[in-house]
Amino acid sequence: MSSATQAVRATKATESSGGGVRPSRRAVVLTTGLLVIFLLYSLAPTWFLIVSATKNQTDLYSTFGLWFSSNHLGDNLQEIWAYHDGVFFRWVGNSVLYSTLGAAGSTLVSLAAGYGLSKFGFRGRGALFAVIVGASLLPSTLLAFPLYLVFSEIGLTNTIWSVLIPYFINPFGVYLGKVYADSSVPAELMEAARIDGAGELRIFYAVALRLMRTGGITIFMLEFINIWNNFFLPLFMLNGERTFPVTLGLYSWLQQAQTARDMNTLVLTGSLLSIVPLAIFMFALQKYWRSGILMGSLK
Amino acid sequence: MSTLTRPAKVATDSPARRPSPRRAGRRGAYKGVLFTLPFLLGFLATYVVPIGYAFSQSLHEKKSTGLGFGPTRIVYTGFSNFASVLGDGAFWASMGRTLLFGSVQITVMLGIALLLALLLDGVAARAVRFFRAALLIPYVIPAVVSTLMWLFLYSPTGSPLLDLAERAGTEITFFGGLNTYLSLGNLLTWQGIGFNMILISASLQALPRELYEAARLDGAREWRIAWSIKVPNITGILVLTGMFSLIGRLQLFGEPLIMRQIAPESINTDFTPMMEIYDKAFKVGDYQYAAAESLVLAVATGILAFVFYRVTNRKMS
Repeated sequence: MSSATQAVRATKATESSGGGVRPSRRAVVLTTGLLVIFLLYSLAPTWFLIVSATKNQTDLYSTFGLWFSSNHLGDNLQEIWAYHDGVFFRWVGNSVLYSTLGAAGSTLVSLAAGYGLSKFGFRGRGALFAVIVGASLLPSTLLAFPLYLVFSEIGLTNTIWSVLIPYFINPFGVYLGKVYADSSVPAELMEAARIDGAGELRIFYAVALRLMRTGGITIFMLEFINIWNNFFLPLFMLNGERTFPVTLGLYSWLQQAQTARDMNTLVLTGSLLSIVPLAIFMFALQKYWRSGILMGSLK
Repeated sequence: MSTLTRPAKVATDSPARRPSPRRAGRRGAYKGVLFTLPFLLGFLATYVVPIGYAFSQSLHEKKSTGLGFGPTRIVYTGFSNFASVLGDGAFWASMGRTLLFGSVQITVMLGIALLLALLLDGVAARAVRFFRAALLIPYVIPAVVSTLMWLFLYSPTGSPLLDLAERAGTEITFFGGLNTYLSLGNLLTWQGIGFNMILISASLQALPRELYEAARLDGAREWRIAWSIKVPNITGILVLTGMFSLIGRLQLFGEPLIMRQIAPESINTDFTPMMEIYDKAFKVGDYQYAAAESLVLAVATGILAFVFYRVTNRKMS
């Protein structure tokens, strides 16, 4: 509610200072009203999730879903903790591991390749770049099954590598890497470093990587979020419960909830918990968000 | 070696002229290849080899020996799998269904995102920041979790939406017939609004203010300015985003697969092409056929992307 009045006041403030036509009262009400409606639409399901995570099995079905009844969040957490020796927290750990390693590897590979493409005129560079742009347009879902065929042939499925290796190779990241290298690493600086006798590898990590820091963080962030949210690749590659990331784990719980015992409180509370690490990550990197989204949209 | 010749070469360059990256590169060009090598090897291993291997697999079929009771063996059958996929009505139906559903859903989603972006364009900075952050929350939530949330909201037992409908004196169902598509469409729209709104906002902000400042001074109303000046100037980005979203929709998989858990009668195993491939591979166990389907889907996606690329390129130039 306070947000609505704030918006109204804010609208009035700009319009009067802008010196333009003052919007009619009806326009302001309509604008604010529509914004608030979509705000509620955006937030309500998450609110429902928070409320549901505090309920026990009976309250979940017998009380109104958008408001609290007696608080059982502690019990639900305890139940999650107890389920299969806390396998849920292992899933969260796996997600953190896959996302961190996958994003770090992909960022490094992408920046190096983008730097190489940007700063060195080797033969076939143009063709290679065209292939990379083309590949970045192909949704990665398409490759999941062909990848599975190869990885199962060489016995890589159900290992951490079966998900990490595909995460490392991100054509869109290379494209971004090249864009950042083009714009932020001056050739003069590389030349100067060469004159000082620095080797190419040293120039890359001591000069170029530092200059491409913002780009690197953006690639890392986009990739981290992608991996955290990824569902199909682990679904194809992993079948041992202990290797699951949290998305796949929640799906397996939902499957069980349909057949065996009623696990809905576990699914709901687990879902809420699984958002927390990502929220912290996004909050920590909020500075890079907007540019990241806009960059990601180029895809 | 090259380090020795380098200072001399630099000296011959006239100081006023920058050495172009191409010239600078040529001397140690092979080193550039070294930087791209990790990616190249990985690309070979995760793109080229799998596609090639899937292709060779798709040229085979699993045949059982001894009147169907003996052990199965893999035999070469040429393009017979591809012939079956191309004539597979269910597969093409899933593709048509996904594209048709996607076109409608994406239009609605972009419409709402555009409306919100336009509304925010007229509101002051502080309010904008707040609304933007709040409207972006669904984008931050992993797709699996948002599907689970909506699944519970659609569930016939304990859904607050059903409670509300009941209080209003109506009855609603979320699955069966058109309702299945509405429910899935609502989920995807909910996920996508915030992200697309940011995108559209950015292109709105990039418009030069002079474009509509004059109209404003002439006393044009805000909605008029929005509709006649702002919207026509960003149709390009809208079309582009819409097209790429549609390519993404063709791979729709996780959301319907999860929704199938509570609505197996409404969402079949061949609801989308990817679900069909997943089912063929891991439930039926016919890897060869699934490989052929994957490749056909990849080619279809490629063709779609290419057509879009040509269409938009012509528009831009």
